[in-house]
Amino acid sequence: MESRIAEAPTAVSPEGEQVIVKLRRGFDVHLHGEAPKKVHSEVSVNRFALQAPNYLGLAPMPKLMVEVGQHVLAGEALFFDKNRPDVLFVAPVSGELIAINRGERRAIQELVILADKTIQYRTYDKIPSLDSSREELFAFLKESGAWPLFRQRPYNLLADPDVVPRDIFISTFDTAPLAPDLNLVVSGREAAFQKGLDVLSKLTTGKVYLGLDARGTAVSSAFSQARGVQKVGFKGKHPAGNVGVQIHHIRPIRPKEKVWTLGVQEVITLGSLFLEGKYDATRIVALTGSALATPAYVRTHAGANLGELLKNQGVAENSRIISGDVLSGKNKTTEQFLNVYDDQVSVIPEGNDYEMFGWLAPMSARPSTSRTFFSGIFPFGWIYNATTNTRGEKRAFVVTGQYEEVLPMDIFPQHLLKAIITNDIEKIEGLGIHEVVEEDLALCEFACTSKQPLQKILREGIDMMIKEGL
Amino acid sequence: MKEKIISLFKRMEPDKEKSPLLHTAYDAFFTFAFTPNTVTKDGVHIRDGMDLKRTMVIVVIAMQLCYLWGTLNIGHQHFAALGLYQNLILEGFHLKLFYGLVQLLPIWIVAHVVGLGVEFYFAARKKHAVEEGFLVTGALIPLIMPPDVPLWILAFSIVFAVIIGKEAFGGTGMNVVNIALLARVFVFFAYPATISGDEVWVAGLTKAGPGGMADYGWIHLQVLNPIFESFGWDTFSQGAAVIDGYSGATPMALAAKGGWAAVMEHYTPGQMFWGLIPGSIGETSKPFIIIGALMLIGTGIASWRIMVSMCLGMVFMALIFNMWGYNAYMEIPWYYHFSMGSFLFAMAFMATDPVTAASTNRGKWIYGFLIGVIGLIVRVMNPAYPEGWMLAILLLNVFAPLIDHFVLQSNINKRMKHVQ
Repeated sequence: MESRIAEAPTAVSPEGEQVIVKLRRGFDVHLHGEAPKKVHSEVSVNRFALQAPNYLGLAPMPKLMVEVGQHVLAGEALFFDKNRPDVLFVAPVSGELIAINRGERRAIQELVILADKTIQYRTYDKIPSLDSSREELFAFLKESGAWPLFRQRPYNLLADPDVVPRDIFISTFDTAPLAPDLNLVVSGREAAFQKGLDVLSKLTTGKVYLGLDARGTAVSSAFSQARGVQKVGFKGKHPAGNVGVQIHHIRPIRPKEKVWTLGVQEVITLGSLFLEGKYDATRIVALTGSALATPAYVRTHAGANLGELLKNQGVAENSRIISGDVLSGKNKTTEQFLNVYDDQVSVIPEGNDYEMFGWLAPMSARPSTSRTFFSGIFPFGWIYNATTNTRGEKRAFVVTGQYEEVLPMDIFPQHLLKAIITNDIEKIEGLGIHEVVEEDLALCEFACTSKQPLQKILREGIDMMIKEGL
Repeated sequence: MKEKIISLFKRMEPDKEKSPLLHTAYDAFFTFAFTPNTVTKDGVHIRDGMDLKRTMVIVVIAMQLCYLWGTLNIGHQHFAALGLYQNLILEGFHLKLFYGLVQLLPIWIVAHVVGLGVEFYFAARKKHAVEEGFLVTGALIPLIMPPDVPLWILAFSIVFAVIIGKEAFGGTGMNVVNIALLARVFVFFAYPATISGDEVWVAGLTKAGPGGMADYGWIHLQVLNPIFESFGWDTFSQGAAVIDGYSGATPMALAAKGGWAAVMEHYTPGQMFWGLIPGSIGETSKPFIIIGALMLIGTGIASWRIMVSMCLGMVFMALIFNMWGYNAYMEIPWYYHFSMGSFLFAMAFMATDPVTAASTNRGKWIYGFLIGVIGLIVRVMNPAYPEGWMLAILLLNVFAPLIDHFVLQSNINKRMKHVQ
């Protein structure tokens, strides 16, 4: 066993020996509304959606392959991207396509499916064995609809089918506020997970890396005993569980390199496709947050309707529904759907209320990275009831060194963001934009004294880099 | 209850288009009293409880002990020159306190009225909220001025510093040099007689030396004296003579003339440490500055890296001077440099300004160290400037972006060397 204080990238030790990377920087946001560790299967959700905007890097107008009113099977193609017509996007459940919701300029937002009582799966003529060539596997993955499970770094785009990834990274724990326990998620589906890893190791010229929880809690054997992969332990506060942080410490992404990342449940979907011959988009989702009467884990499918998902949980009035965690999730209504890569719904109270001298003498405890609050000076097991209040107004960048304190990466976030604001492409690239996506800077945005929209600025920079072809 | 107060305030809100200046002022005071009800939109859904108002007010709170001591010490130095109550700071407490307040309050009020006036005007012109930067600047400026500074000069220097130093660059967060120090350096170069020499550090004397007399205004004689008399307390006595052998020289001026021996003729190391010496209003009490500095470090508001490296830089240079030993000033032991002049105040409150300091952690080490080195060179080697920290910090403010540039470049090079 080797351990090191690592703020700079570290190499991985030779085979067999597990490295533990200790990350000193970071911050855990403890919130009320954690879900008890038991999965409820009886929740009935009828509407599911495939959401085109979930996949970054698609051409604006995907080509539809189905019509409203048509019955589709789980795993049947619904649309494809005009730039890469062989990559198919498939239905997560079987049922009737009841609506195609469009947004601005008639861009397709959601394909809504009214699910069957029992899901019928599409069958495949031939599932290639793992000894097949990479080209054969790639072709099957694209045709079967499994391709969109892969996300490519830099920039979290849909994986490019013309590029073989340098490495593939999977984080097996989530340190975000109220994040689901992935040990619970994988339990009962260990075989599919291992099969997924076996498939992945055929898809890259490099290695498959598994980021393990080394914070001292029990880790599922599906993760700790996984075969054919490199395991690296991470010990530290949030964002130690972010795959971007893990990549940075295992083998950072240099310009022009491409790696893939997957979530644990995406690996399971991939594994069950090869193991059972069906496209199983089952997702275990944590319904969390202090605005829920009964937080819970539920078994459902990708793209579930949020209103139906939450109907038994007792959503309080004047609350915000977020697909994902409170730091990097997306604001949703009950009519909208869980984003495809999300395994968590957070519901917290809206903070649209004035507070007298709230900046000086707050009347309630609030999470903060600063040591000027009582709970910051005596940080002993506080759990907070956070609202969506901005806790102050937007200001120019004044405080320095604050982002670095919560980001365990050898990156200068403030200078990167300033370079983005000033369109200094060369500097943006040099300061490492290809190593971060929004979720990695989410905690910096939370901590920001000046209330700057860091994730938005970063995405603008990423869009600019993509436009420049970098 | 709260709803009623808020709706009352909301009814008073001036129209934004018709009277932007009034609206800006209203908005500044309203957001001071009530944290706004705005909610997060894109990006994070919850925000840290910390904001810029809170950050700035912590710095202001950290300075309050310096204000307290500064007030008393203005009085103490005044009476010490007259040979009265000179043993303990608490002797003649009421006289010292009120004498100090009469000197300090006008300075404080002018600093804030003028500074905030400029700030509000520009905020209204630019149609955005008043930024909190001036809270700290306005609190710092009185502490770094001599107690007798003419108010019109003070007002002039603040207008210059805020407009040329800050608003011209785009407001809070955009300035290149420290605003408070810019105000002081303006006085220093434009009106040198008011901020250097032996005459200016003790208030209320016709001459800070033999032959001088106490000179009081109507507020002392007509307002305060009758009140004190009614309690049977001591009163201000117009025309009291300065004692023989007194000089208003600061330790800095004495050391420049005759090294440590000359300083010791007038002051003890204890007096210098506790702050019973003439000087700028807030710089004298070392324990209270240290308490403020620890508060800033403890809350994480100010950078400990800058403070530590500035100490290291100063000690490093002082040891070199000790070894060199060219004149008596160079031979002053390195540890006495901490208690002379304004080193600690500059370290705690001036060098750590996050906007003008280096912004990278490694850059902060270099920045602080260089301030320590250069400040001591100016202090010891340049007879024209009795103290070096103001000039050293302003110089390094200008060089801070360059320091950051090299730190960032090394990070960039590390990343780009992997690219063909």
